[in-house]
Amino acid sequence: MTDRDPSIYYGGNFGTRQEAFDCDGCHRWQHHTYNTGISHSFYRQMQHRDDLFMWRCADCSIPMIHDYSQLISLDAENTHLPKEFLPDCDLQDISINLSLVFTPHHERAEFPGIRSRYTNKLEFLEPDRYEEIPAYRVMDRKGLIIDPSQDPKVDKDTVVKMYRCMTLLNTMDRILYESQRQGRISFYMTNYGEEGTHIGSAAALDAKDLVFGQYREAGVLMWRGFSLDDFMNQCYGNSGDVGKGRQMPVHYGSLDCSFVTISSTLATQMPQAAGAAYAYKRAQNGLIVVCYFGEGASSEGDAHPAFNFAATLECPVIFFCRNNGYAISTPTHEQYRGDGIASRGPGYGMTTIRVDGNDVFAVYNATKAARELCLTQSRPVLLEAMTYRIGHHSTSDDSSAYRSVDEVSYWDREDHPISRLRYYMMNQGYWTEADEKEWMKKSRKRVLDAFSDAEKRLKPNPELLFTDVYDEIPKRLQQQLKEMKEHVRKYEEHYPLKMFEKMEK
Amino acid sequence: MREAIRQAIDEEMDRDDRVFVLGEEVAEYDGAYKVSRGLLKKYGALRVVDTPITELGFTGLGVGAALAGLRPIVEWMTFNFALLALDQVINNAAKMRYMSGGQFRCPIVFRGPNGPAEYLSSQHSQSLQTYFAHVPGLKIIAPTSPYDAKGLLKSAIRDDNPVIVLESEMSYAWKGEVPSEDYTIPLGQAQIKREGTDVTIVVHGKPLKMVLEAAEEVAQQGIAVEVVDVRSIRPLDEQTIYDSVRKTNRAVVVDESWPFASVGSHIAWLISHYCFDELDAQVELVSGEDVPMPYNHSLELAAQPSVEKIIMAIKNVCYRS
Repeated sequence: MTDRDPSIYYGGNFGTRQEAFDCDGCHRWQHHTYNTGISHSFYRQMQHRDDLFMWRCADCSIPMIHDYSQLISLDAENTHLPKEFLPDCDLQDISINLSLVFTPHHERAEFPGIRSRYTNKLEFLEPDRYEEIPAYRVMDRKGLIIDPSQDPKVDKDTVVKMYRCMTLLNTMDRILYESQRQGRISFYMTNYGEEGTHIGSAAALDAKDLVFGQYREAGVLMWRGFSLDDFMNQCYGNSGDVGKGRQMPVHYGSLDCSFVTISSTLATQMPQAAGAAYAYKRAQNGLIVVCYFGEGASSEGDAHPAFNFAATLECPVIFFCRNNGYAISTPTHEQYRGDGIASRGPGYGMTTIRVDGNDVFAVYNATKAARELCLTQSRPVLLEAMTYRIGHHSTSDDSSAYRSVDEVSYWDREDHPISRLRYYMMNQGYWTEADEKEWMKKSRKRVLDAFSDAEKRLKPNPELLFTDVYDEIPKRLQQQLKEMKEHVRKYEEHYPLKMFEKMEK
Repeated sequence: MREAIRQAIDEEMDRDDRVFVLGEEVAEYDGAYKVSRGLLKKYGALRVVDTPITELGFTGLGVGAALAGLRPIVEWMTFNFALLALDQVINNAAKMRYMSGGQFRCPIVFRGPNGPAEYLSSQHSQSLQTYFAHVPGLKIIAPTSPYDAKGLLKSAIRDDNPVIVLESEMSYAWKGEVPSEDYTIPLGQAQIKREGTDVTIVVHGKPLKMVLEAAEEVAQQGIAVEVVDVRSIRPLDEQTIYDSVRKTNRAVVVDESWPFASVGSHIAWLISHYCFDELDAQVELVSGEDVPMPYNHSLELAAQPSVEKIIMAIKNVCYRS
């Protein structure tokens, strides 16, 4: 008997379009791929027929397949079905068990919309009937591995790389936040406290897995090689910006890093991610899609069809929820009433897991396992990473208006992903106080150098105002570009042309 | 017309593996208006996708699929329901190429019936061209014959930008000649559907039929109308329009949607602005009445452009009223 992952074996509600069966013996739900002897095509064939189909799992007995009268003879030649629609298991193993041929109708409801039983008890399903979904973690708050079997045993170089990435991100955040305060860039959003969710997941993905972000995932980009210069140039909207100065700061996008340009409208990336995953499923390119979103964004209308579609169309996408406790000023107890976002997963028929997002290794393990599931079984996974937003929502926010400074400093002090990884590293002997001091100094200098370079760089060529609206610049815009140039040429002294890249004559 | 659209989709799906169709009822049901008949059978469920009821959802899905390398054709059962999807179309599809600095593109087609049909009341009778035409980054076409529909839709599918295709339920049964060999009609080209010398009528979409009827009638009274079928709202073939107005010196613009700030009113302004010196009369706009569409059929007809209203406008600009 094959080893089965119990969480999948006893999976959540299977909808009518998911290929699973309820065993007539033990009433446990099983996906058809798990040693049921039922092939995909057989399953689909059965779905389209109205007849009753009884089945018992391998746990209860040898697989038996009954199908009204047509399969009773168990002889391929004598059936009306073509051979490929017969079950995959050995025909010798099939026998008729008359006691199973008749399923008492009062036990099984036959509505097309469900697969459950009837009940004679008037009993409401209270939301707290089920234990809240636990959060998976590997390390405790002091960086000690709790269960050695869960230790991903990441090699020293990678662990150090993870740490450097998280801290560099943190340093960059501090400097860019300050620069906004000084009026040097217009806007910024920090990632304080969530570095673990970024780096833990990014390290577990393939560099070419397509990422749809929300706006607080800069660490994923950093891991993938988006340089300090790239970050700063985007925030400054200068001529070095790969986005050509067209988006607000932190709305990064990089084709090279397989990171779709951030769209400000919340949660619009979610159904897009499902669609992109659909495209990848068709392409069979060995890649998946990862969609990051916050717990607040999951209240948006877009989230519902994203989950629903990914499940019904069987798209290989990880929906990665960063549940950081706040959506600007809205705390989670006002954002939702249920058990976080994870509790919704089974409602959509999605495999789900909740993770301690401040534990880099937990995020790493869970993302890696989720990726494997997505890729091999072509279905979505909902991963809810619990964390805490230590910083303000953005430079336009002052969170002391709605939460206490004590609360913030508690998390910063007691449960910070960077600290926990550092404790681990020091325990392992991968990192010392001296390394820390040297790295802090070096990384700060790197950030400051990139910062001053970005500040000095020219603004983009004003001609870029008119390109990329379409693939080719239409006549109307060509005309407008011409008029703009003539106007600027005529009134040169009124325009700060020295700050911009030169236009063509 | 229905068949021409179906052929265009079929041929493009055959030509390019990446093209696929999604929408409500497009697969098993052969399409709410039977436009996608037979496609599921021919191409399978991976390329003709029945979606759950969520315009916002499946439009977003299409946008994502386009970003990841496919070429989706999203069918909205009616453009009225497309209102739910505007965020994905306007904030995302239209802007992605620009916002990303040219890194990400969205080659996607959105199509379906637009405008009033019959007995459908206010929530099923809206003409949405104005909302889309307003947005830079989108292209919009409105075919009026089977020949135009097939050629324009093929170009739309091959276009690397998001394209909105405005069909109309009442025109699905219209008949016309379609060549058997492969052809496309480029976007951005208007067509003179009837030549004339006295008045230019600029029209897009289903009202073309009424305009031609009106032109026939006033011809009996000695007014020779030139009918410019815009075919492409964005990019707009301004040159053809202006050339015609310069020839006739009079212009009437016909647009099914509401009059305030519409495609029609904008075209009227363009003509007034660029042909100011050549105009002998004010530019007339024949549009729907500025009310939600009523259900009662007589009221419904009264709320839309009609042959009579067009004739009245023609006479106004000829000072013959």
